Amino acid sequence: MARVMLEVRDLTTKYITRYKEDVYAVDHVSLRIEEGKTLGIAGESGCGKSTLALSLMGYYFPPLHYTSGEIIIDGQNITGMKPDDVRKSILGREIAYIPQAAMNALNPTRKIIDFIGDVVRAHEPGWNKQMVYDHARSLFATLGLPAEVLQKYPVELSGGMKQRTVIAVAVTLSPKVLIADEPSSALDVTSQKMVIKMLRDMMNSGFIKAMIFITHELPLLYNVADEIMVMYAGQIVEHATAKQAVFDPLHPYSKGLMGSIIVPESGLRNVKLTAIPGVPPNLKNPPAGCRFAERCKYVKAECKVTSVPLYEVGYDRAYRCVLTETELRRVYQDGE
Amino acid sequence: MASKTNLCLSGTGVTKVFGFGRNRTLAVDHVDFAFHEGEIISIVGESGSGKTTLAKMLLGLISTTEGEIFFQGQKRDISSGKKKKEYWKNIQAIFQDPFSAYNTFHKIDAVLLDCIKLRGGDRLPKEEKVKLMTEACSFVNLKFAELTNKYPFELSGGQMQRLMIARIFLLKPKILIADEPTSMIDACSRATILDYLMKLRDETGMTLIFITHDIGLAYYVSDTVYIMEHGKFVESGTADAVILRPQEPYTRRLISDVPKIYEEWDLSTV
Repeated sequence: MARVMLEVRDLTTKYITRYKEDVYAVDHVSLRIEEGKTLGIAGESGCGKSTLALSLMGYYFPPLHYTSGEIIIDGQNITGMKPDDVRKSILGREIAYIPQAAMNALNPTRKIIDFIGDVVRAHEPGWNKQMVYDHARSLFATLGLPAEVLQKYPVELSGGMKQRTVIAVAVTLSPKVLIADEPSSALDVTSQKMVIKMLRDMMNSGFIKAMIFITHELPLLYNVADEIMVMYAGQIVEHATAKQAVFDPLHPYSKGLMGSIIVPESGLRNVKLTAIPGVPPNLKNPPAGCRFAERCKYVKAECKVTSVPLYEVGYDRAYRCVLTETELRRVYQDGE
Repeated sequence: MASKTNLCLSGTGVTKVFGFGRNRTLAVDHVDFAFHEGEIISIVGESGSGKTTLAKMLLGLISTTEGEIFFQGQKRDISSGKKKKEYWKNIQAIFQDPFSAYNTFHKIDAVLLDCIKLRGGDRLPKEEKVKLMTEACSFVNLKFAELTNKYPFELSGGQMQRLMIARIFLLKPKILIADEPTSMIDACSRATILDYLMKLRDETGMTLIFITHDIGLAYYVSDTVYIMEHGKFVESGTADAVILRPQEPYTRRLISDVPKIYEEWDLSTV
């Protein structure tokens, strides 16, 4: 079996609002990623995808607080480490994070090389200008980016190039796990493809060992990820291989998400899109039973009362619904 | 389907040049188009191809450098503020970023009341106005009773975009230009937004012009697709013809850049 790069057991984190209310945005999430694999996380806005990404790094600052669970990166348990230690020795080296609007992090008044210098010196204080420059050059060469970019200001770069530059900076120290949170959703399709290709190349060359890719664009996720986890209201509702999740979803929520896919392929024109009615529940006081019950087409009386555990199917599949696999397949067939 | 007889909006040699001398940029380069009543049109191109500039010219927000735009067969006249207002009763837009489309200091009621005013319902009694607003909100599955006295920033992105559609419902324009209406909201709300736009089109028979870089969306919604590259239309035709049998290399590249689920996504061609 391949080496496990990241393992998370029963991680629960919460936000404490200024009115001292607890909001459990990540609720008992477990996951593991093996070397060379990409895990995709899908879900609507406000389902806790980005909070999960933040929680995975073990770097908590108010209003986000750690409640329970364990995070193990390549055999090293980082649970309970002090935020300062996490920042110094974990972030950037073991696990790196690209937030959604990463390219806005570039300072418009400074050249790209100065920006890289700041990041590198935060971890290697002794490096002089020449060392930083050599490092940046070789990094850009490895990632297939032109070296001229180093001497430019952010305004001189296109959106796609800015995003790729920021990704290059995020992986300067060759982290083991990279968390990419919607890295391409602000870009047009051509730049998006370049960003994805760069991430894919980094994986293939072993520059990063494993990746978590967060997006709501399912066709994209299908092409990037090996496995897909569907998140709803802070919980994992389905975990399957990319193929199973897209073509044979089990949970009614995943089924609904897959019904909103638009791709330019013959036979998919004017197919009725099935939007899921309603909005995700407020997590200040989540529903007692299944969190999706309010919006579910196949809801039963018991769904609203008892909470539903994650049922495992086979080795690599799990879903959170009271109906069995065969029952779910039958209701989907009847619905069509 | 669109009847090919009634021209709604057309243009010949429409051009926009920004700057001059060394900084001269040709954003839209002599484009010709003819949009028919009730048709759904998509203008597709990558960032910087001039699609938004064209949309702004159609809306009359910026002037054209050269060329003429015809509205319902007549030469468009928006030389005075009054004529512009009259024109905007017929043509409206939904923009990409719902978060910056609203005035933060105005309540949601004000947004909707403005529409009623533009339609000439300024002197209606208050109950009438509330009825109209409630109807518009319920069209997009929002509850007016919950929205009244709220500010736009209290809504989610999807709700804001739906409120935009409620505005359009009140105005019932002949033409709606949707400039990347779904690129900032998630895939699930996108289905909802498209649903409402289609429903609105079916009810009012308006012409819908989508401006987008997402060729999947263009294929899904439109009757006619125009592909734009460097300010020029390089290919146009029915959605099936353009997207399933593309002739131009640029169109082929755009299509190959979109991640698909039934075909292999070839990453080696960037």
